[in-house]
Amino acid sequence: MVRFENVGLRYGLGPEILRDLTFLIPAHSFQFLTGPSGAGKTSLLRLLFLSLRPTRGLVNLFGQDVSLLGKDQVANMRQRIGIVLQDFRLLDHMTTYENVALPFRVMGREESSYRREVIDLLRWVGLGERMDALPPILSGGEKQRAAIARAVISRPQLLLADEPTGSVDPTLGRRLLRLFIELNRSGTAVIIATHDITLMDQYEARRLVLHQGRLHIYE
Amino acid sequence: MSRIGDEHAPLVDLGNERPQVPAQARNMSPIVPRASISGRALVAVVAIMTFLASITTGAVLLVSASASEWQSEVASEITAQVRPAAGRDLERDAAAAAEVMRTQPGIVQVKPFSKEDSAKLLEPWLGSGLSIEQLPVPRFIVARVQPGTTLDLAALRARMTQVAPSASVDDHRAWIERMRSMTGATVFAGIGILVLVIAATIISVSFATRGAMAANRPIVEVLHFVGAGDSYIANRFLRHFLRLGLEGGLIGGGAAMLAFGFSESIAGWFSGTPVGDQFAALLGTFSLPPSGYLALAVQALLIAAITAWASRRTLFATLDDID
Repeated sequence: MVRFENVGLRYGLGPEILRDLTFLIPAHSFQFLTGPSGAGKTSLLRLLFLSLRPTRGLVNLFGQDVSLLGKDQVANMRQRIGIVLQDFRLLDHMTTYENVALPFRVMGREESSYRREVIDLLRWVGLGERMDALPPILSGGEKQRAAIARAVISRPQLLLADEPTGSVDPTLGRRLLRLFIELNRSGTAVIIATHDITLMDQYEARRLVLHQGRLHIYE
Repeated sequence: MSRIGDEHAPLVDLGNERPQVPAQARNMSPIVPRASISGRALVAVVAIMTFLASITTGAVLLVSASASEWQSEVASEITAQVRPAAGRDLERDAAAAAEVMRTQPGIVQVKPFSKEDSAKLLEPWLGSGLSIEQLPVPRFIVARVQPGTTLDLAALRARMTQVAPSASVDDHRAWIERMRSMTGATVFAGIGILVLVIAATIISVSFATRGAMAANRPIVEVLHFVGAGDSYIANRFLRHFLRLGLEGGLIGGGAAMLAFGFSESIAGWFSGTPVGDQFAALLGTFSLPPSGYLALAVQALLIAAITAWASRRTLFATLDDID
């Protein structure tokens, strides 16, 4: 599903922050991406989400060389990827429900066709009572859950999550991990970037460890 | 969107938590909130530009219509002038010249100016009670040409000089040429002003669009995250700008139409004054025909469309920068 070959990344004329990354992310797989702060986890996620282009090497996503993709193709490919960012990126003028439903809306689906699904998911992540709340009045944990719900609602083929349990208590963290596992069981390849050892210890999965710009894989 | 597994299977199983009440349809907020686009200034700019463009177009239409009216009036007349000459009887020459004109094919009416008529023509300059015999004043003969016929002016001139050697015929060609060039210059100036107004509109709209995109950058980024293409994002903004353009066009075009609608009354206030009379002579009744109002309405729509086009162009250029 994802293939990196000798991928390197540098910002501007700075040093290379990701070096010679060569790995595969198989379909239906589950992995944690970990490493110390500043190791390049977010940059690697951005490469996977096509919001950064590698300085060198080959990135192949869903069987296509990303360097050959046009803007519309990138947009189409992003509809197959869900992403949860550390800063949540919710739209402040939309309710929690509308934020979560946004991927469906962008796809042009009728509201009645996804209403039940969105409401169920919001209840599952504990936001059933906050559906009509605007993000500015949500707590950090609530925003994080809303961002996760938005990333998983369309059941993407690849889910990228950057510290998805960073702002929630351990109980809710476990519940969210269950959601990711459930999503993985239904066919989504999941990559969770975290340095939360407790979270990683809760589920036996492949670990991709970034250290000094290089990637070490522990199956 | 490619989805995995059974599309209808719920992603999460709520078990007993599943609400028993059916979910109600929701009013969805616009993806790009209208309030986030500072529209009032843009509506004012588009309205002012549309007003100026409409006034220009209306004035050009009035001048063109009046000029073509004068042209058709002047072109349907010819004037013969019989000058006093030594050893010739002016009265007899004038009568002979008038007779020649009457017998010329294509001429439908001949009006010779008598001595008294000529004195009246000169009265504003020389005063009344003038004894015209003491002055070498030429006699005029005005003839109306049948519309649609081409007069053989050379033959008329030849026949006329045989009976009155000091006679000359003028078909007002020089006047018509001058009028034509004046009308052409007016239309050219009008087009120039329209081009400037449209250019200013495009620049203003581009600035407003860039401002709106900068203010809504977080929305654009999130839309990119959820897989929206540039066209989808641009269309969310475009509908706002099209509406702003239409509002501005409607206000500016409507104000210009009202101005032309009331122009007759306004012209009435100035009638009798030198300025009013000059304007009346130049532009006639000052009122636009219905086709003129239609032209102004089409122009207002065109400016709204230009607003949307300029906005769209800027949107795509800005989206390229944001991604």
